[in-house]
Amino acid sequence: MILVNGKEEKIQPGITLAAYLSEKQYRTNRIAAELNGQIVPKSAYENTLIKEGDRLEIVSFVGGG
Amino acid sequence: MNNTSPLPSREKLQQALESRHSKVLQEKLSQAKVAVAGLGGLGSNIAVFLARTGIGNLHLIDFDQVDITNLNRQQYSIRQIGMDKTEALLHNLLEINPYLSIQTHQIKVTEENLPSLFAQDSFICEAFDRPEEKAMLVNGILEHFPEKTVIAASGMAGYGKSNAIKTRKISSRFYLCGDETTDSSLGTGLMAPRVALCAAHQANLVIQLILEGHE
Repeated sequence: MILVNGKEEKIQPGITLAAYLSEKQYRTNRIAAELNGQIVPKSAYENTLIKEGDRLEIVSFVGGG
Repeated sequence: MNNTSPLPSREKLQQALESRHSKVLQEKLSQAKVAVAGLGGLGSNIAVFLARTGIGNLHLIDFDQVDITNLNRQQYSIRQIGMDKTEALLHNLLEINPYLSIQTHQIKVTEENLPSLFAQDSFICEAFDRPEEKAMLVNGILEHFPEKTVIAASGMAGYGKSNAIKTRKISSRFYLCGDETTDSSLGTGLMAPRVALCAAHQANLVIQLILEGHE
């Protein structure tokens, strides 16, 4: 189990952040993703593995300002 | 209606701010360095709030000119249509407090120029329009500057539902204001009060972080 935006979620062990984001249909050019309080650079999405107990915060920006 | 008496001195204006905020607080505010990235509905309002508060060092960044369709929510006047936003807003802020230190960059922020552009700022208010640019700025600041704080905005279109505009702490250096939902491109336009509500959240948070170091 991991925490995603404060809510518990079951994940595939060894899944990459890129795969998770794709599965949940996030538009990666409109988000900021933090894993355990640290920003994950976009270039690292493919190489970042999500593991048991991780805390993921994904902010999906909408337009306007 | 022209006031022909001389302008109050720097000291007099500083005293006026201190009388409202207290000397101790004003000293902290006067030393702060805040960037406002984007000078539209959010940014121009944030800038006015921070200027009135006497934030000592403001950094204004935008590439655009004032448009007639901006007047429904942005802090520009009808005579400023066509002007560079940095120039117009600088003028407007100096009309509030001529003694503020304000740096401007009439430029489009990119991943490449971001590290040099924001090098001197402690707090960065994200006030862009497009979600891709918001993401680019937030990611860029958090990746390049482990010591700086970014206050972003998402979702402030339409009217009513004032209580849906919130401030949320994502992590120690990343805060998000807005309702996180109401996209301006869904046929729901950006209107002055609701945009200003979000801008006020951002400016209010900056002040709190300057004065207390945390939310």
